Amino acid sequence: MAGKTKEKKIVKTIKIDVDKCNGCRACEVICSAFHASPKYSSNNPARSRIRIIREPLRDIYVPVYAGEYTMAECAGRDKYTIDGKEYDECSFCRASCPSREEFKEPDSGLPLKCDMCEGEDEPLCVKWCLVDALTLEEREEEVEEQEEMEDLELGLESLADKFGIQTMMDTLARMSKDDKSK
Amino acid sequence: MRYAETGFNLEVDLTRGNIEKVATDPRDTALYLGGLGTNAKILWDRVGPEVTPFSPENLLIFSAGLLCGTPATGCNRTILSTISPQTELMAFSMMGGFWAPELKYAGYDKVVLRGKSEKLVYLWIHNDTVEIRDASHLAGKGSVETAEMIRQELKQPKAQVAAIGLAGENRVYYASVEQGRSSASRGGIGAVMGDKRVKAIAVRGTKDINLAKPEEFITLCNDVLAYIKHREDNPIKGVMTILQGLGSPQEMKVHDEKWHTENFMWGNSRTRRKGFWNEEIEKAWTDTLEGSRTRLISCFNCPMKCGATISMPGVPTYMMKCFTKLTYTMAAYSDLDFGLRIAQKATEYGLDGFSTPQVMAFALELLEAGILKPDDFPGLPESNEDRFFYLLDMIVNREGIGDVLAKGTYWAAKEIGNGAEEYAHNTIKKHEQLPLKLSMLNPIYFLMYSVGEKINITQIEGQFPQAPFPKREHREKFCEDWIQVPHEKFKQYFIDWELRGENSIPYYPTVEMTCDIVEWQEMMHYIDDALGQCAGLSSFPLKPPYHIHNYPKFISAGAGIDMDEETLSDAAKRYRTLVRAVNIRRGMRREDDRPPENHWKKRFPELEEKLLDGYYQLKGWNKEGIPAKEALEKMGLGYVAEDFIQRGILTEDETADVQTETQTQ
Ligand code: SF4
Ligand code: SF4
Ligand code: SF4
Repeated sequence: MAGKTKEKKIVKTIKIDVDKCNGCRACEVICSAFHASPKYSSNNPARSRIRIIREPLRDIYVPVYAGEYTMAECAGRDKYTIDGKEYDECSFCRASCPSREEFKEPDSGLPLKCDMCEGEDEPLCVKWCLVDALTLEEREEEVEEQEEMEDLELGLESLADKFGIQTMMDTLARMSKDDKSK
Repeated sequence: MRYAETGFNLEVDLTRGNIEKVATDPRDTALYLGGLGTNAKILWDRVGPEVTPFSPENLLIFSAGLLCGTPATGCNRTILSTISPQTELMAFSMMGGFWAPELKYAGYDKVVLRGKSEKLVYLWIHNDTVEIRDASHLAGKGSVETAEMIRQELKQPKAQVAAIGLAGENRVYYASVEQGRSSASRGGIGAVMGDKRVKAIAVRGTKDINLAKPEEFITLCNDVLAYIKHREDNPIKGVMTILQGLGSPQEMKVHDEKWHTENFMWGNSRTRRKGFWNEEIEKAWTDTLEGSRTRLISCFNCPMKCGATISMPGVPTYMMKCFTKLTYTMAAYSDLDFGLRIAQKATEYGLDGFSTPQVMAFALELLEAGILKPDDFPGLPESNEDRFFYLLDMIVNREGIGDVLAKGTYWAAKEIGNGAEEYAHNTIKKHEQLPLKLSMLNPIYFLMYSVGEKINITQIEGQFPQAPFPKREHREKFCEDWIQVPHEKFKQYFIDWELRGENSIPYYPTVEMTCDIVEWQEMMHYIDDALGQCAGLSSFPLKPPYHIHNYPKFISAGAGIDMDEETLSDAAKRYRTLVRAVNIRRGMRREDDRPPENHWKKRFPELEEKLLDGYYQLKGWNKEGIPAKEALEKMGLGYVAEDFIQRGILTEDETADVQTETQTQ
């Protein structure tokens, strides 16, 4: 994958305070709008890179950010009990994995990952969460940087996992030929 | 491509079990916007005056507002319209929560129910898959319970479910439709749903909502968010707590209930308890609220947290919205603990929190007065609180006298007779109102109460202060950043408004000013109900983030319909008139435009007539409150005029005794 370099960098993290979340899903709305193309042209919480696990009657409101894409389901499957209700470990998982629909584009099935709103001063979900359930934390750190995967790369990787790299290359070659003939 | 709206309605014929996806005409959106506006058009076109509330021909429309599902903050209302069993007029109740945006994401703007199912059913809408499913196992279940059961059996934790409880199933005239933390309560919409044998509508959607001018729209949204923050940091001075900020009254946040408990009437709008609030009560009620409120919660895409989750020992958890906090408590002369407990049961039953407590108090007052007899209440418990629980069950199950009470105070009093009608003294157009009794008639409120066809004062009042501020300098200060006024003249109206003397109520604001003010406030509410915007961020509070100056931009950028302030006001006027027309065709007249019997101690009959005349004139209606031909034609409602003439409601050569030049601004 991408090369590694050591450099000083502002590390951005989003702090989640579940006690403050009121379950409004504004974060889902703006995240999906920001990632539409063209930007903001549409929105659809099912495409959001943050989602709210929301069970009002049990007072559970947990914002979860899309994390790594995994090509296989994990082996361990634990059960958690919160306030008398059992949850599958997957409920709170950040990964987009083959066993569930979360953090996948609803039509293509391609994985989604939070990119901290590349290019914006502030992550938009943080900006739109007026009740401060989400806050941005920045600190300067010397990090071994791993280049962030772009959306496209992420999607391609998942396709390669699914169909094999050779099939994909063949397909791409065919597609570009088709394109020229137009 | 359609923007903001999906361009499709679901038409469900329950009699035949038929479901169709129908493309709508974008020209209708331009003329009537969405939500309430296009609902009114459908009811006008398809539900004649001969159709009774419980006939298969009555339609029940669940509509998302035009901008629901877009990023517009607080835009999440479902507008339900039908013919009300209680008023026999058009009912249009709204609910917040999460249902309307989900419907949009599933690809529909409205669900139109017609006919009647034989068995109890529920509807499951999942993007392009729509099914009518058996609901016999849900019969008698609570509304919250039903939503949970449906989510589980569908294995769809994210489905949004609007459901009725037993009250709706048994056609109690003030049955509500409940959904998450919200409900559509006024007008007995739940009874019509129950009559159609529909227990619930569950919806889940994962499609896109498109915007016409994305960058512009998001900029407008960001401005709204910034303004909300600004208002949070700058509460309005000199008004009571719940009026200082934004949101629908944040009753679940507020501990100080001095104002409501001492100014609203207790019982069935009977007794004003001046001096009720003291330290001891304040402490007890604060403890109750703190002890039962788990979390303040919001509707879709809104930060305002107007509702709360309530968990009390021995009572299932439920969600409460604003003023229901006090209605049961005050009807029963009890305490907050009782109020929150009984409200849980009433929510599961699916009942209107305004009407229900008053009907129960009314029944007990009739018993006390000897109009109803102990025989009417077999097994009536001793304790006051238990009596209310007992009555709740009687009404919802329609047992004995409960069967009569299930029709609301107006119809019940008629049926009971023997002087009962004097006790049904708090209705407008046959529907219970907030229990208020005030001293001096306030012209603005008089008009809003009288001509409001929404049957609820909080859904008409709003952006103009409820009373003058004592000092001129405070009023001037208030006007400094009052950007929401449609016209500068409103500032002068307010600045000159005094507590005492010549420029005080009832003769100030003058008839003309009053009409202007009412028209402005009413217009804002009607716009909200078409867009699906919560009144709590728009027409209801003072200085809200949405107003007549930015709304046209939201509509243009969002829906791609060219709008400016004038075209928007015209559209609002058009469907406001159409609502009126539906009701006029059903027999409503000037006689029906009046406030509850003894709402004010001091009345001014002559002034009241002048106010009505003035308002009708401004609207282009004749003396009977019937929209006149010229005005209708000017608004593009020529088809209404034709219908009126055909039915003899208007005459062909009637020159309306009104000035047709309707005054904007
Ligand atoms: S915007 Fe904030 S309060 Fe609303 S759901 Fe997201 S995290 Fe929770
Ligand atoms: S930081 Fe940006 S990309 Fe990540 S979840 Fe929030 S809005 Fe979406
Ligand atoms: S202001 Fe309150 S009632 Fe209105 S949408 Fe927001 S949370 Fe819901």
